[in-house]
Amino acid sequence: MHDDESVLKTPEEPMEERSGVSRRDFLKISTIAAAVPVVSGPKMVLAAGEQVPVRGPGKVPMTFNVNGKAYKASLEPRVTLLDALRDSLDITGAKRVCDKAECGACTVLLDDKPVYACSMLAIEGQGKKITTVEALMENGKLHPIQQAFVDNDASQCGFCTPGFVVACKAMLDKHPDPTPDDLLHELSGNICRCGTYAGIRGAIAQAARKGA
Amino acid sequence: MRAFDYVSPTSTRQAANLLSSTWGNTEILAGGTDLLALMKEDVVTPKRLVNIKEIADLRGVKSDSSGLRIGSLTTLAEVAEDAGVREKYPAFAEAVREAASPQIRNMATVGGNLCQRPRCWYFRNGLGLLPKDESGKELVEEGDNRYHAILGNDGPARFVSPSTIVPVLIAYGAKVRLEGPKGKRELPLEKFYVIPKTDRDREHDLLPNEIVTEVVIPAANGWKVAHYEIRQKAAFDWPLAVAAVALKMDGSSVQAARVVLGHVAPTPWPSPQAEAALKGQPANEDSAKKAADAALANAKPLSQNAYKVQLARVAVKRAILKAAGGAA
Amino acid sequence: MPDYQWPDPAHRTLIGKRTPRVDSPEKVSGQARYTYDVKRPGMLYGKMVRSPYAHCKIVSIDTSAAEKMPGVKAIEIVQKPGATIPWAGDEVVGVAAIDEATAEDAARAIQVKYQKLPHLVSDAEPPAGAAENQGPLSLDDLGDMLQNQVPERQIVALIQEYGISFKPTEEDIKEAKDEGVPDSVIEAARNATVHPEAANKTKSNYIKAATQSQGDVDKAFAEADAASEGFYGAPVIVHCCMEAHGSTSEWTDPDHLFVHMSTQNVSGIAGQMAEPLKLPAANIRVHQDHVGGGFGSKFSPDRWGIVTAQLSKKADGKPVRMMLERDSELEVAGARPSAYARVKVGAKKDGTLVAWQSHSWGTGGPGGGGMPPIPYCFSIPNQHKEHTAIRNNIGPARAWRAPNHPQACVLTMSALDDLAAKLNMDPYEFFLKNLELTRLSKIYRDEFPIAAEMMGWKEKWHPRGQNISGNIARGVGLSLHTWGGRGHASDCDLSIHPDGSVDIKMGTQDIGTGTRTCIAVVAADALGLQATDIKLYIGDTLYPPSGGSGGSTTPGGVSSSTRRAVVDARDALFAKVAPALNVQPDDLEARDGSVRVKSDPSRSLSWKEACSKIGATPITSHGHNDQAAAKNKPDLTNSGVGGVQMAEVAVDTETGIVKVTKMVAVQDCGLVIDPKMAESSVLGALVMGISYSLFEEKIMDPTTGRMLNADMEFYRLAGLNDIPELKVHMMTGPGYDERGVIGLGEPPVISSGAAISNAVANAIGVRVGVIPLTPAKVLAALNQTQKAGA
Ligand SMILES: Cc1cc2nc3c(=O)[nH]c(=O)nc-3n(C[C@H](O)[C@H](O)[C@H](O)COP(=O)(O)OP(=O)(O)OC[C@H]3O[C@@H](n4cnc5c(N)ncnc54)[C@H](O)[C@@H]3O)c2cc1C
Ligand code: FES
Ligand code: FES
Repeated sequence: MHDDESVLKTPEEPMEERSGVSRRDFLKISTIAAAVPVVSGPKMVLAAGEQVPVRGPGKVPMTFNVNGKAYKASLEPRVTLLDALRDSLDITGAKRVCDKAECGACTVLLDDKPVYACSMLAIEGQGKKITTVEALMENGKLHPIQQAFVDNDASQCGFCTPGFVVACKAMLDKHPDPTPDDLLHELSGNICRCGTYAGIRGAIAQAARKGA
Repeated sequence: MRAFDYVSPTSTRQAANLLSSTWGNTEILAGGTDLLALMKEDVVTPKRLVNIKEIADLRGVKSDSSGLRIGSLTTLAEVAEDAGVREKYPAFAEAVREAASPQIRNMATVGGNLCQRPRCWYFRNGLGLLPKDESGKELVEEGDNRYHAILGNDGPARFVSPSTIVPVLIAYGAKVRLEGPKGKRELPLEKFYVIPKTDRDREHDLLPNEIVTEVVIPAANGWKVAHYEIRQKAAFDWPLAVAAVALKMDGSSVQAARVVLGHVAPTPWPSPQAEAALKGQPANEDSAKKAADAALANAKPLSQNAYKVQLARVAVKRAILKAAGGAA
Repeated sequence: MPDYQWPDPAHRTLIGKRTPRVDSPEKVSGQARYTYDVKRPGMLYGKMVRSPYAHCKIVSIDTSAAEKMPGVKAIEIVQKPGATIPWAGDEVVGVAAIDEATAEDAARAIQVKYQKLPHLVSDAEPPAGAAENQGPLSLDDLGDMLQNQVPERQIVALIQEYGISFKPTEEDIKEAKDEGVPDSVIEAARNATVHPEAANKTKSNYIKAATQSQGDVDKAFAEADAASEGFYGAPVIVHCCMEAHGSTSEWTDPDHLFVHMSTQNVSGIAGQMAEPLKLPAANIRVHQDHVGGGFGSKFSPDRWGIVTAQLSKKADGKPVRMMLERDSELEVAGARPSAYARVKVGAKKDGTLVAWQSHSWGTGGPGGGGMPPIPYCFSIPNQHKEHTAIRNNIGPARAWRAPNHPQACVLTMSALDDLAAKLNMDPYEFFLKNLELTRLSKIYRDEFPIAAEMMGWKEKWHPRGQNISGNIARGVGLSLHTWGGRGHASDCDLSIHPDGSVDIKMGTQDIGTGTRTCIAVVAADALGLQATDIKLYIGDTLYPPSGGSGGSTTPGGVSSSTRRAVVDARDALFAKVAPALNVQPDDLEARDGSVRVKSDPSRSLSWKEACSKIGATPITSHGHNDQAAAKNKPDLTNSGVGGVQMAEVAVDTETGIVKVTKMVAVQDCGLVIDPKMAESSVLGALVMGISYSLFEEKIMDPTTGRMLNADMEFYRLAGLNDIPELKVHMMTGPGYDERGVIGLGEPPVISSGAAISNAVANAIGVRVGVIPLTPAKVLAALNQTQKAGA
């Protein structure tokens, strides 16, 4: 037996293919890593008596809600939310640094909660409210936490700054008057190589007073 | 990352059906905080991802006669903030709150945390879970093993079990529920972890098409539980040693104890030796020290991690004293 | 003759005041564009096939499968079969494709066969007798030494002593000049004896890199009242810039290249790309708005930068972006050489230092590296030093903030602190006692009491190991440092327009050090405007060249060129405005947004009105900072700063975990343009200092020769919660201001390692000789004393 066939084989209920794609064709699409990107309606696979759409490995049409605006893109399932934002939607505030959940530079809000955009797939970001640093300014005016970053000189090279600003905003939304313990647990997911931590502490203190 | 196809089943049965019966073809995608990194590093190369996040049944914290039931898709942040968890299982809530970073806790699921793969740097560099070079030389033994196992490390597996929330769950007597092609099963959590003997084995008692559905924690009546981690950085750092301790006191002496170590062995490491040492003793510095010595009596450090024996001892001692001093 | 001198305090409007960083709003709002953010129309994505082996020969390369993949637009062989690879992660083949995933698939489809060769990645103490004499130097040796920041004098001495193994051609010499190789080195190579036969000799991994003596060490030790011996060191660490190295290149026509590059050296990139691309430097435009960190690692286009341009060429000039992956960034894009030493140091009863002896070694990769400047800061009268360079396969070295100084500081100040302990002296008194052996004793004398006051040294210091309560040991430590920091060559074009707008064009870059703010403050100060009134155009080869931002040379360079340009433009404006106010130009001053009569400020024109007198064409001026002239006769910029740091730590003696609980830095940098920026620089350096003292180390696997922690998880960097109260004091006023502007990027990162190590020794009563101060090392040191005591 071809090794790849086991992808589709379960001892209980072998899957069936529908929508005109023969079983063999499907195998080809699903197993060739460098498949030609194709945009088409989802194939379906029967699992436990129900049809389940199979997306990819080629490009899949996707829609996103970023900073209150609707976006469309056609992307492979393997594209991360971060790369989709940066390379397809040209929203570049969130930065790619470690690309694996270690540094926080890619922090965005997903349904108002801070997450690492590098560590989720774009396809999973559909139907969610995505907020990036770009959306924090209102009417051309900096958000209080952003102003506090400026006042406390909390950025040097600034590459970590967008992620930090978003993480700080989320932290302050949850803990308007953060204790050192809150900082320890709720603001530990971002790294700054230039060493702006003293400024960031100052910024948090300032924004907390103002009730950012 | 290599290309894959992506399915989002809405029931556990569907999911089990969509998964392959051999490792390597498909992977379950939960929070993705571990899986995507493994795929980017080309350590795991599935042809299909089965995203289980659309399975509503797997979410949330419920409580019933069997205790607290935590759906495998519940995020770490949801657990840390759950009023029931905080009230009845404070040591677990604390361990969860100390794990990883706020962003990860918003994404990572309990099921994913239980099933996360080792952080061993040979494994993550694509050199294998039981890493050897072409000549058969064991890379960990010969190489830089400062963060590797000091217990249970005779076999080819020398990584440490990564989760920092599992030891305390075991101390609470938690069970894990699984669902797969052969139906459902339940295991004491400590039995879910196994030491792989060959490159084909994984470190969990999990079939490739089996899904962790729930973690059940029995009522902690009368148990005082504590979790203690030794980390170099203040936060967002993998610990060098973890200990979780549950004590049932009879007046001032220990009637029963559970002692579980983490980050010292290829599995979470319950220590019957330490439990025996505590039994019938008062819980104080002296007995805690003796129990800690007992827990590490069989430790066999590798060339560069003897210091971890000391750290694990301190973690056990401090966890015992913390448990004795604290509430349930 | 225009008066370019820095204004005295009474005539400064912005210089020395706390001006906010001018580009902060862009940065906090996510609008600042970095090279990584640049997306050009039709852009392709580049990836590199890298060697998995630390030392190997390329046997064959098969790109046929990749070529056939749809979406693959260009493939460039970087190193051909037969080439020897000196470290894991070295570049082998580049590819460009329509998206990143396709490029990655293509890279994976390229088959490269390697023949493994034996490697060495250890920098452990060289086996006795292993070190060989240097022998004649090859072109590679020289290149490696320059990369490793071996001091000019040392290289010249080696060339004179051993000769060279190649005959330098005129082309080599021209290229060397273009790359900034010091004249003295080129001259030495020109006059060196050539030993062509040495070119084929295989070299040892261990090279005797230096042996130096002065005075009579044996006699001095014999006469010393106390001597202390110890082993100290600092491992290889990496830069880990948040923005990876990389660029986007496109051929706008067959003869013109447009490059966006993440660099510290905008004006210096085209010249380095010209030769490999066979293109006149004038045809290469380099642009960069912002850069996410450099720390010394981003001066060159690097091989991947050249390959990116070559891929673009093959893809019909389409833009190609190639940024390094994080693991490659840590493996190949920058490392600070290690340094270890066995040191013996002797003093008189009163603490006067008399003798130093050291056997040191370290590695900067295949180049080995030179001896760090030890003993650091203190020129102890009798010295004997030997250094062995380890050539190995860990990857290349690059300048890392204050090259060689932090290592020298750890080796020296730890040894001196141990000697003070042996003499039962408070190190504060001990260091003070020996300040006359330093070149900047006056500055240190000013700084010591300030630092002590800020730290509370008198209250906190106690003899070693005598402040332990339960399992927590507390201690304090100090260290001092020095750096040059004279301004580099810089050119500034300044225009004052008839509508009152002012712009400045300069091919410099702001690497997060506040360069934009510095230029704007200097210009606005002279014109009576606000910093934000100055429109700045930097980061492009279309603008007048300015030096690379390294060695703390930028503030001195850009402030001097700006000062000259702005004084000329202002004087030209005064000449135009004087008739309208019925005075001589010399009677005017620019203050508070107006041009007014000095003796009667009520007679004034608003800035806009004044500029309306310019006429149709703007006033333009050009300012130049001549580095050589500034060296001969310092006026606006100067060199040589001193700083003192103190650290307080708490050590858990059961776990060996060190927490820094307070840090204090007192720093001089001549005239401070913007104290807010200056303090930020020092604060950031302290954070980096804490990070490398406690956590950082490039960890190599002996068997595979690969870096094991090429990530941001086990290459630990300090987080917000690892950083305690930090206090900074900048020296200003008489004795400091009149020295002119001196750079600040390097000095404050030097002392932290030694100060923290000394604090730990003070806390636990025993030295942990090698940083980072990990639990493993702290516990080992504690166990040793317990054993010794038992
Ligand atoms: C920098 C960093 C620091 C960290 N620090 C800590 C820490 O201190 N303590 C700690 O405990 N963890 C830590 N983690 C790990 C983190 O908690 C895990 O990555 C996370 O819990 C995994 O959950 P997930 O839902 O994202 O899993 P995924 O990444 O989606 O999956 C992880 C693995 O589990 C499998 N899987 C997921 N769900 C199921 C299921 N229901 N049934 C069967 N298999 C399943 C997946 O197939 C995959 O193999 C850290 C991670 C990072 C990157
Ligand atoms: S880039 Fe996502 S956490 Fe670092
Ligand atoms: S400001 Fe440069 S990394 Fe944070």
